[in-house]
Amino acid sequence: MVLTVYFDMLSQPSRSVLLFCEVNKIPYEKKVTHVGGGDNRTEEFQAINPVMRVPAIKDGDFVLSESAAILKYLAAKHNTPDHWYPKDIQKRAKVDQYVAWHHMNTRENSIRVFWTEVIIPMMRGREVDQARLERQLPALEETIDRLEQVYLKDQQFLCGDDITIADILAVPELMQLYGAGRNVTENHPKLTAWIERVKNKLQPWFDEFHTPLYKMRQKRLKGEKAKL
Amino acid sequence: MGLEVYFTILSQPSRAVLMFLESNAIPYTRKALDLRKGENRTEDYSRINPMMKVPAISDDGFNLTESVAILKYLANKYTVADHWYPKDIRKRAKVDEYLAWHHTNTRPACASLFFNEVLLPARTKQPADTVVVQSALTQIKNALDKLETMFLKDSRFLCGDEISIADLLAICEVMQTLGTGRNVTDNHSKVKSWMERVQNQMNPFFDEVHVPINKIRQKRLQAANTSKL
Repeated sequence: MVLTVYFDMLSQPSRSVLLFCEVNKIPYEKKVTHVGGGDNRTEEFQAINPVMRVPAIKDGDFVLSESAAILKYLAAKHNTPDHWYPKDIQKRAKVDQYVAWHHMNTRENSIRVFWTEVIIPMMRGREVDQARLERQLPALEETIDRLEQVYLKDQQFLCGDDITIADILAVPELMQLYGAGRNVTENHPKLTAWIERVKNKLQPWFDEFHTPLYKMRQKRLKGEKAKL
Repeated sequence: MGLEVYFTILSQPSRAVLMFLESNAIPYTRKALDLRKGENRTEDYSRINPMMKVPAISDDGFNLTESVAILKYLANKYTVADHWYPKDIRKRAKVDEYLAWHHTNTRPACASLFFNEVLLPARTKQPADTVVVQSALTQIKNALDKLETMFLKDSRFLCGDEISIADLLAICEVMQTLGTGRNVTDNHSKVKSWMERVQNQMNPFFDEVHVPINKIRQKRLQAANTSKL
């Protein structure tokens, strides 16, 4: 049974799914689905995911969307090491708790700022709407504070002292902002240390899959300097 | 100590958790919090839930927040019928898929409508912001369209032919919109039939937890009728 992963490398949850497959040596086929090019709007892709978002998987005849659901399914199907999504119901509940909170906090607030700073100016050929950015930044700051003061308060990773699917979902979201040229970890030593820990567990694929964002950051930082 | 459940009845995810507990006869103690009095902002409660939101549970000292996590934990811990959160990994994945989508679709849309049309005006004594309300209505329509054409396309419930925790969370959000006096499901016949099915399966607990939201609806409809006279 072949597992196909439909992804766009600029999609944070796509990277989470790819990283999980690589680090757990889950055999899969990559299917690049370039959202900017409308690959997600083809009839073929709609049959896989009617919601037309990435990532999505096709495992034999079984299709599934939503990175949180995909990660949990792959963990169960491939019997990955327990720490990713523990069988103990209390430890598992802590992972479910972060993953639920993630959608409208880490993901939502990162994506809003990324769209304002990168996507909308690119799409509309305009400068960044600074007023809009100023309105959105406090929510992002609050999310980062919560990550540090609640989830990372007394532990090495978001849900305990070992990496879980929670960390693999969260870090790519913050990396997206890094790609935008934003220094989210500045003045946040706990966040910085945690991101390093997660990166180390996911190399060499972490750097490989984040290369487009590293390149984006270099370009954007140079662009800023050029203006000065 | 046992299982303590912190909730407020006007909170959609709180109602989903309560209905699940009642219909599965899981013993628990209700701890109602009055959010207007700031009972969710006390030091005691912040130890249970540092995010200071409802619902939350404390199960013999094990604290948990987020209704999705709570429902999965309860389904895993207690011997409940398999359909609530199936053990089969494909069926389970379909429930997880809806639950993930719910956070960024059904929930924010329905919550936004009720917040902006009912709660905020009541608090500020200002009229509702019609632009924000229209935006919420559009989001709701989009979410209901997906429920109608995708999740309920070929099945009686959102994730198959039996009820699951997905249906409990979704229906509480749609019920919240009824509190505005509106009928958002008028053009969604599959959604309407699905709501009746869920209601029938979850009664009498469904009706019990929705008394307050229905009261708000009645008041608003009466006020609207009175102003027309």
